[in-house]
Amino acid sequence: MQAYIYDHVRSPRGKGRPDGALHEVTSVELVTQLLQAVRDRHQLDTSLLDDVIIGSAQPVGEQGGVLARAAVLNAGYAQSVAGQQVNRFCASGLDAVNLIAAQVHAGMIEAGIGGGVESMSRTQFGYDTGAWTSDPRIAFHNHYAPQGIGADMIATMDGFTRADVDGYAVESQRRAAQSWQEGRFKQAIVPIKDVMGEVLLDHDEHMRPDTTIEGLAKLKPAFEGMGKGGFELVAMDRYPQIEDLHYVHHSGNSSGIVDGSGLVMIGSKAFGERAGLKPRARIRSFASIGSEPTIMLTAPSLVAHKALQKAGMQVGDIDLFELNEAFASVVLRFMRLLNVPHDKMNVCGGAIAMGHPLGATGAMITGTVLDELERRGQSTGLISLCAANGLGTATIIERV
Amino acid sequence: MRHLKIDTAPDGIATLIMDHADESVNLLSDAFQDEFAAAITDITADDNIKGVILASGKSAFMAGADLRQLVQGFDKLTVKQAYEVSQKVSKLNRALEQSGKPWVALINGFALGGGFELALACHYRILADDPKAIVGLPEVNVGLLPAAGGTQRLIRIAGVKAAADLLLSGRPIKGAEALALKLVDAVLPAAEMEAAARVWLATAPSPIKPWDVKGYAMREQRGLIIPEYSAQLMMATGALAKSGYHVAAPAAILSTIYEGAILPFDKALSIESKYFAKLLTNPVSRNIIRTTFLSKGAAERGAGRPAGIAKTEFKKIGVLGAGMMGAGIALVSAQAGCDVVLIDRDVETASKGKQYAATTFAKRVAKGGLTEAMMQEMLARITPTDDFAMLQGCDLIIEAVFEDIAIKADTAQKAEAVIPATTVYASNTSTLPITKLAEASARPDQFIGMHFFSPVERMGLVEIIKGAKTSPATVAAAIDFVAKLKKTPIVVNDSRGFYTSRVFQTVIHEGSAMLEEGVPPAVIENAAKAIGMPVGPLALLDEVSFDLPLKIVEQAIAQEGDTYVVPAGVSALNKMKAHGRAGRKAGGGFYDYPAEGGKHLWTGLADLFPAKDDYDVEELKQRFLYAQSIETARCREEIVIETSEDGDIGSIYGWGFPAWTGGTLSYIDTVGIETFVRECDRLTQRFGPRFTPSPWLRDRAAKGQGFY
Repeated sequence: MQAYIYDHVRSPRGKGRPDGALHEVTSVELVTQLLQAVRDRHQLDTSLLDDVIIGSAQPVGEQGGVLARAAVLNAGYAQSVAGQQVNRFCASGLDAVNLIAAQVHAGMIEAGIGGGVESMSRTQFGYDTGAWTSDPRIAFHNHYAPQGIGADMIATMDGFTRADVDGYAVESQRRAAQSWQEGRFKQAIVPIKDVMGEVLLDHDEHMRPDTTIEGLAKLKPAFEGMGKGGFELVAMDRYPQIEDLHYVHHSGNSSGIVDGSGLVMIGSKAFGERAGLKPRARIRSFASIGSEPTIMLTAPSLVAHKALQKAGMQVGDIDLFELNEAFASVVLRFMRLLNVPHDKMNVCGGAIAMGHPLGATGAMITGTVLDELERRGQSTGLISLCAANGLGTATIIERV
Repeated sequence: MRHLKIDTAPDGIATLIMDHADESVNLLSDAFQDEFAAAITDITADDNIKGVILASGKSAFMAGADLRQLVQGFDKLTVKQAYEVSQKVSKLNRALEQSGKPWVALINGFALGGGFELALACHYRILADDPKAIVGLPEVNVGLLPAAGGTQRLIRIAGVKAAADLLLSGRPIKGAEALALKLVDAVLPAAEMEAAARVWLATAPSPIKPWDVKGYAMREQRGLIIPEYSAQLMMATGALAKSGYHVAAPAAILSTIYEGAILPFDKALSIESKYFAKLLTNPVSRNIIRTTFLSKGAAERGAGRPAGIAKTEFKKIGVLGAGMMGAGIALVSAQAGCDVVLIDRDVETASKGKQYAATTFAKRVAKGGLTEAMMQEMLARITPTDDFAMLQGCDLIIEAVFEDIAIKADTAQKAEAVIPATTVYASNTSTLPITKLAEASARPDQFIGMHFFSPVERMGLVEIIKGAKTSPATVAAAIDFVAKLKKTPIVVNDSRGFYTSRVFQTVIHEGSAMLEEGVPPAVIENAAKAIGMPVGPLALLDEVSFDLPLKIVEQAIAQEGDTYVVPAGVSALNKMKAHGRAGRKAGGGFYDYPAEGGKHLWTGLADLFPAKDDYDVEELKQRFLYAQSIETARCREEIVIETSEDGDIGSIYGWGFPAWTGGTLSYIDTVGIETFVRECDRLTQRFGPRFTPSPWLRDRAAKGQGFY
């Protein structure tokens, strides 16, 4: 059974800080407004949907308790629509999409919505804690080091200089600004409203289009303190080829901390006919993988190969790539290893410019690449994210 | 009762005095524990007793566990039995704590380890206002954790953060800080402690600990539900890498804190005992305790000293040569209370040597570790001169002139012309044969080698080298002098490089051999550091300069000709030297030393030694450990070292072989001698005869006969 993408929406990304425009909006409300937008756009009979799966990298507090179900009910969807929460760290949103697709593929459901949400200003990074970072027995033997150390390890071992990663960041900002100017996100964006119904935010708030290499050069490396606290020794015990860890990442060349949500509606052919919707793309394949956990962020190239193999495709068969810009070195490494030219990678800018609302990003960039393929008249896209503890997920879509 | 005395006053206050009958300090020996358990039972049952004052009949409160007993844990106990060993003491403390009577600990001197755990079980602790009265839980230093409730009471009394610091550092705590951290309830002059205890007991205090009150919950009981606590544990776990991955105790301590905080108190005590049991039955704790405490202590008390020889007193000594080593020896000798005649070719040069002591002492004065008056007194003991006549009346001569046989012979003859006929003459040489040097002496039986390590004031080991004619009385005198310096002696027989220099060579040659094979230099350095070496072999070579090892090789070739096997790493050293890179002093070696910023590996290494990626890091680590251990085994076979203890002590304190191994020979026993020999055969196939076990070692392996 084929699984088709019928539509997708996303919120604008608000700064993930107390002065961010979306800080007053609860996570469940972000998802609620997107669910309502999907329904209202298409006058959708929501009882045709079987399941809503929402990913969050911090599924605790107000993001806990199977937020998807609370959002379904809050949005006024038919109560028969099930809900589920998933967590694969930063890949959660893409995994939610894949899980809906998998159920459609298997013929067990007709349609559903997969996506993610993360209000990083409200459920802050680290609130979900976990054995993998903080149970001494697990973290010590697993050689746990924070993500930023992993990003700097990649830069050190792959030889990416501060100028390389900063240069990549500047380009991400330029592309994001250009995409907004050209209205490339117009179709996807659902402005987020406050409790009175007034629009709080209708654009990505984190961008700094005037970013220059000279400006970035002034920023202090962000992860040196953690490294000197012991984590660089953790890294060097796992990778003895590192003489000195080069600290090149900082807030300007790493993904931005933001609030946001994204959804992708997926269904069978029959669902489209019943709902009167035209499929826009099909899911060709998807895959998840585990890789070495200390460096943590090198799964994308591996999982991309796995997804390509499942689809019977080659790297050259992919028109556009969306790899989450967790850190600049993650994308630079992927392009080098898969020989992907920069003009096929993150062509609308990425999380360095617009931000990375952890669990939501996978769904957001699935939509981004689909819209861009349509705009360019191209066919295939590969979406991937690195995720904590060495995980990675990838999905290949093809326009129909 | 042999070890305890109890006396109950009419007001119902019992005083329990601990005074171990067989030891100079109170130790938790089995007999002591049994007696203590009985006393607690009696006190608990005695309705007349309203409160208890627990005090020591010795100058210290209690030292804790008996290391001589713990060291046997690895071989003799199963994990479950080790758990029971811990639970026995833990339950004793728990019984005291839950006796229904308030206990006051009078900590008159140090209370460390098990001693402090006992005090923590008491309901009130008074520490004597005396610099010697310190408390602490130093178990981490012997590869263990406090397992009589210490970890669990400490986190509940002082909080997780402070407790983690104390438990992971093992550092001793003095009065004011102990009070601030709530480790004790009062700090008072020793004479006032008992009265204060009675005042407190008179207030009818509750004998129930906070954690035995229903509803008690420490913050960290919620575990990782608290994000800030999770972040704190994450950082603390990351910092464990600083102690390396071969020691299990720091990680176990952190787990005990984390897991114990979540559990009710008795379950927490049980988890503490379980982690302890894993550590006690791990060879690392056995290794550390045996070599760095028991063997080292025995060596310092004269284990290697020939029996039946009267102790030598040292009032005046002569130090010949005021270079770096001579200056250091003069410094430590003056510090130990000796008058020192420091001789060099002219007064100015000799004075420079004295100046070294002045500078070093001044730094200590600035840091508050020494008073001005003490400094002046010590400096006044050092007389710099060029006049050998001043050596008259010296009780010992230590020669530390240039490493040249002719110069040393001349110096010895000049000194012997002046010094008393009975005076021992020691040469501080690191490589020249003592028997050969003694040929210049008119009394070779009084001639001995005393190899100090640099910097002398910081390095604790002295390698005493017996020449062919050195008498037992001379050895005894040398050991007496090392004891006076409060350093650690090992006694070795004459051989090229003696013991420490000979084995140390193997690790630096192994490192340069790896480079020649194409192992990336950073990997070589990190593999060495990963096993616990303080610095990598390439950095070490840069520091000693390549000329030293190359000179030793040249000497060996000159002496032995074709029979000498040139070490595998030598060609790499020659190649470097040909490129003008012979070490740090030569302007750079394996590393560049830029004026700004830290040193870094020379980028030219990549061209000189093209890197391959077919190395196995675990094998590199193994080679470093094995190369040193098998050379030590040869030294043992050749009776260069006479005891395994000396081999182990020398390796750890002489050149920094990692302490978790217990030393080079303990490492063989840790691996298992059969496995060691089998692996040596494999390494021989891969890397050459330097790993080949001798028939002697094979025979031992066949018999399963280790070094202890």
